[in-house]
Amino acid sequence: MIKDLLYKYVLALGDDALILGQRLSQWAYKGPFLEEDIALSNISLDMFGRANLLLEYAATLKGNGVTADNLAFKRNERQFTNHILFERPNGNFADTMVRQFFLDTFYKLFLQKLTESKDEQLSAIAQKSIKETTYHLRHSSKWIIRLGDGTAESHAKVQSAIDSLWMFTNELFEMNDVDNEMVRQKIGVNCLSIKSEWDKIIDEVLAEATLKRPEDIQIITGGREGIHTEHLGHLLSDMQYLQRAYPDAKW
Amino acid sequence: MVKEVSIDAIWELLKTVPDPEIPAVSVVDLGIVRNVGFNNDQLNITITPTYSGCPAFTFMKEEITRHLELEGITNYQINTLLAPPWTTDWMSDEVKAKLKEAGIAPPSHEVICPQCDSKKVQVVSEFGSTACKALYKCNECSEIFHHFKQI
Repeated sequence: MIKDLLYKYVLALGDDALILGQRLSQWAYKGPFLEEDIALSNISLDMFGRANLLLEYAATLKGNGVTADNLAFKRNERQFTNHILFERPNGNFADTMVRQFFLDTFYKLFLQKLTESKDEQLSAIAQKSIKETTYHLRHSSKWIIRLGDGTAESHAKVQSAIDSLWMFTNELFEMNDVDNEMVRQKIGVNCLSIKSEWDKIIDEVLAEATLKRPEDIQIITGGREGIHTEHLGHLLSDMQYLQRAYPDAKW
Repeated sequence: MVKEVSIDAIWELLKTVPDPEIPAVSVVDLGIVRNVGFNNDQLNITITPTYSGCPAFTFMKEEITRHLELEGITNYQINTLLAPPWTTDWMSDEVKAKLKEAGIAPPSHEVICPQCDSKKVQVVSEFGSTACKALYKCNECSEIFHHFKQI
């Protein structure tokens, strides 16, 4: 029972990292300039690495010969349980950086707590990942400040990105039955406990960037239940193409 | 056969396995090899990844395997350990000198140009050609160089 809940918990965290990794990889060779192209590809690789650690662990928990690759390439859209913000399209560079900044801030606080998990493997993955998230956040927050406090055009684009992605941020702090049980077992993180710290970091950076924090008017959720926006299916059809067309193909 | 090989000899062997992306240093130099030991007749090698998404990690594992088998060692197991997470603090001064020799500024809070030793340097990008490096420029000699990030 607990093992099944832990599987769902680890799988959801793995899906978050995998989908963000895939999104960021779509910037490869399309970055605004060479260094930034390399940066986005580097962050993508870190996310794939994180996804691999989590999905391998999920596969172990599942047993029955399930592998990390099966989980990544052979599940359908409704079986993916990533939060919606992770799947949002890249849009323009400001859209990507705002998504990244919101998620890096979340990851920093979430992983910090996850290092204290009673589950040794999750704690180890968190200790490893937080080092990477620390410099991801440095990178994305610097961009928010540079774009927000930049030209009228860059300011308008980054503010527009914040306004359109804001409705997906609340979902990061939602707690479902799996989360609650994991917290009771001292394995998972109580996301409600990191919300105020997230707000504080976001507010500080937005203030320095001369940007406005939107109102919480509309809130979109459903990712952890497999209810996604129309964009996830397109991402999966691209990511899973090879394994769907040539099942079990190997390098 | 295996019993005749000492632990020291295995460490020496592993020192000949280079990092595929920074051949100036070995997997031992980088601190990727955490432990070498025998369990009865079986050789156990424990390694840890530098960055979780480092594409060279799988390659390094394969290279270790290849080097062992070239020495006729067949009864071995390579385990991956995540915690404690890899840190550049595990690099010795000797290894840092090797990096500098290869034109890469070694991990340090204060980045110094590996060409002219100037401290007047600026970050070009926190992300370089591999996950472990950042791109810098020296304002003294104008040389672009990599810094092996301190983590």
